[in-house]
Amino acid sequence: MTESTPTPTGDNRLLAEATSDRKISWFERTLGPDNYRIVKGLFKTPASIVGFILIVLFILIAVFAPVIAPPVGNDPMKIPRDGFGGKPKDPGTAWKKNVPEVPFWYEPLTGKTEWVHLLGTAQGQYDIFYGIIWGTRTAFQTGILVVMATVLIGVILGSIAAYYGGWVDNLIMRLTDIFMTLPYIMMALIFSAVLTPVLGRSLLPPLIAMISFGWMGYARIIRSDILSIKERDFVMAAHVSGVKNGRILFKHILPNAIFPTLVLASLGIGDVVLGFAALSFLGIGTEVGYADWGQVLSFSRNWITSLDKYWYIVVFPGITLTLFVMGWNLVGDAMRDVLDPRMRGKT
Amino acid sequence: MANELLNVQGLETQFKTPEGIVHAVNGVSFTLNEGETMGVVGESGCGKSVTMLSCLRLIPQPPGKIVAGKALFKGQDLLAMSSEDIRHVRGAQIAMVFQDPMTSLNPVMTIGKQMEEPLKLHLGFTPQQARSRSIELLEQVGIPRAADRLKDYPHQYSGGMRQRVMIAMALACAPQILIADEPTTALDVTIQAQIVELVIRLREELGMAIIWITHDLGVVASIAHRVAVMYGGFIIEEAQIRDLYANPRHPYTIGLLGSLPQIQEQGRKRLYSIEGMPPMLYQKPHSCPFSPRCRWVTDRCRMENPLLEPVGENHRVACWVDTTTGRER
Repeated sequence: MTESTPTPTGDNRLLAEATSDRKISWFERTLGPDNYRIVKGLFKTPASIVGFILIVLFILIAVFAPVIAPPVGNDPMKIPRDGFGGKPKDPGTAWKKNVPEVPFWYEPLTGKTEWVHLLGTAQGQYDIFYGIIWGTRTAFQTGILVVMATVLIGVILGSIAAYYGGWVDNLIMRLTDIFMTLPYIMMALIFSAVLTPVLGRSLLPPLIAMISFGWMGYARIIRSDILSIKERDFVMAAHVSGVKNGRILFKHILPNAIFPTLVLASLGIGDVVLGFAALSFLGIGTEVGYADWGQVLSFSRNWITSLDKYWYIVVFPGITLTLFVMGWNLVGDAMRDVLDPRMRGKT
Repeated sequence: MANELLNVQGLETQFKTPEGIVHAVNGVSFTLNEGETMGVVGESGCGKSVTMLSCLRLIPQPPGKIVAGKALFKGQDLLAMSSEDIRHVRGAQIAMVFQDPMTSLNPVMTIGKQMEEPLKLHLGFTPQQARSRSIELLEQVGIPRAADRLKDYPHQYSGGMRQRVMIAMALACAPQILIADEPTTALDVTIQAQIVELVIRLREELGMAIIWITHDLGVVASIAHRVAVMYGGFIIEEAQIRDLYANPRHPYTIGLLGSLPQIQEQGRKRLYSIEGMPPMLYQKPHSCPFSPRCRWVTDRCRMENPLLEPVGENHRVACWVDTTTGRER
């Protein structure tokens, strides 16, 4: 045996981190360590960054819609029509009737002084460019509204079920199961078809229908998170110090449990918009001519056999919808990785 | 000693599980006097924590159920109170500190917010009053720069500091009883000593009674006046602290004390351990729960469960055998 001095082996990173005087940012303080890790992880992969860029782009389009496509007439959400002719017109065709003002960016970018149909017109001479730009607003409106309402319903039902347990839990979760077994698009379609004669053609029937059949996922997620949080010691500690049930649920448990739900919900916007477009395509929802991607797409129904000629009525709104949903999904994938417990501590 | 503060009589708690009913606490009786510190000792799963949680009605129901018994706190039965009334006892008059300070604080609330909560709730403090009282409390338990640290989140505190915060929170409303459920188990030895010292100091300053649950006989020796040893959901021996260490009477207590390493011990000797495992509590025991592991076991032990009988001044033991002579009593 030879004598040797023992050298420290192993991973000293943890020690280094613990002993270093790491500055904790304001952001990390407010979010807490777990949530901060989630947010940080979101901005790490190229895919999620692309997703965020897409989403930001769409937000800009929605906000600056009046600059990009100056409104014609009283209601900017109505797609301007260049006459009433049945046949779609190619992109670049000159605009004859209802010509909008030419915005400042138009001339330097296209080199033309007259406003043309940038992306062509659909059946009935609806301008596709206008439909897409102003439809971004409809997409965000419907997406955010439906997600907010479904999360609210889901969180309320899920937390009641989880916190009270027993027969309350059973009743609510079996109800959730029943709703889950119903095919979503079909139920939304039937329900909004039933609502349309009552409420008239507007955004309302499809929104109500999608809210009624879209809350179950959130109820399940929040329930499972609360079930694990409510067994934690600090909840018992709150009971011991005599805090009321309701306060424990809303002040101590929910803030700890809700973050994954909120994050997943924000990403559900993509799916909601896709579903809404599907309903719209099938002819449920807004009145004809309302700026809405599904509606623009639905104009192509009669021309499906000659898409070689009129490709632009499908391609432009289709690409827009795809990019929008892709943006949310890319971020959603990153989110799933970050929330995966097996990935804990790796980012 | 002075006045009786808490008097628990024949407490029985059961849990319904898929495997059957677990008899966690099987008729526990004890009293706690004002200003007294009682240690409750026993191995894991012997019903120490469940007993205390039952007194505060904090057993999750279902699956848990308090089947019988009374817990008289200043003459009022905690087990028969309305849930609104007992809420005002919890935290205000009986406070509790838990084992693991790492998980006992809400990670998304600042320390300040958490400390102010019981103050506003039980004493009706305004936010300013609650804040200044929180700073006082933190200083009292020895946290430096208390005013700044109120704004911190639990993850910015070390384990020992968090346990100090837990103690400060428990003391916020000047309770008459502090139940400490293994408060030093999750801490390293030097921090343990600090926490024990802190609690002894606070006990002198505030004059509260303490129930100290632990399986560390060393810690109990340094803090308790009186010790109750629990096994299989029963109190099997109860005595003044010196008396218990000097003359343990129950075979289990003898075994526990015997399995402590002795620093004066000469030569190399195997550390003593009690053979066997603690009982599964699926049936209500009709024999002495310790009989399968006991070296003094007799036929009577296997037939009948002994009751606590006085064997000396303030010394009660539940055993059919007089372990000093080895003969049945």
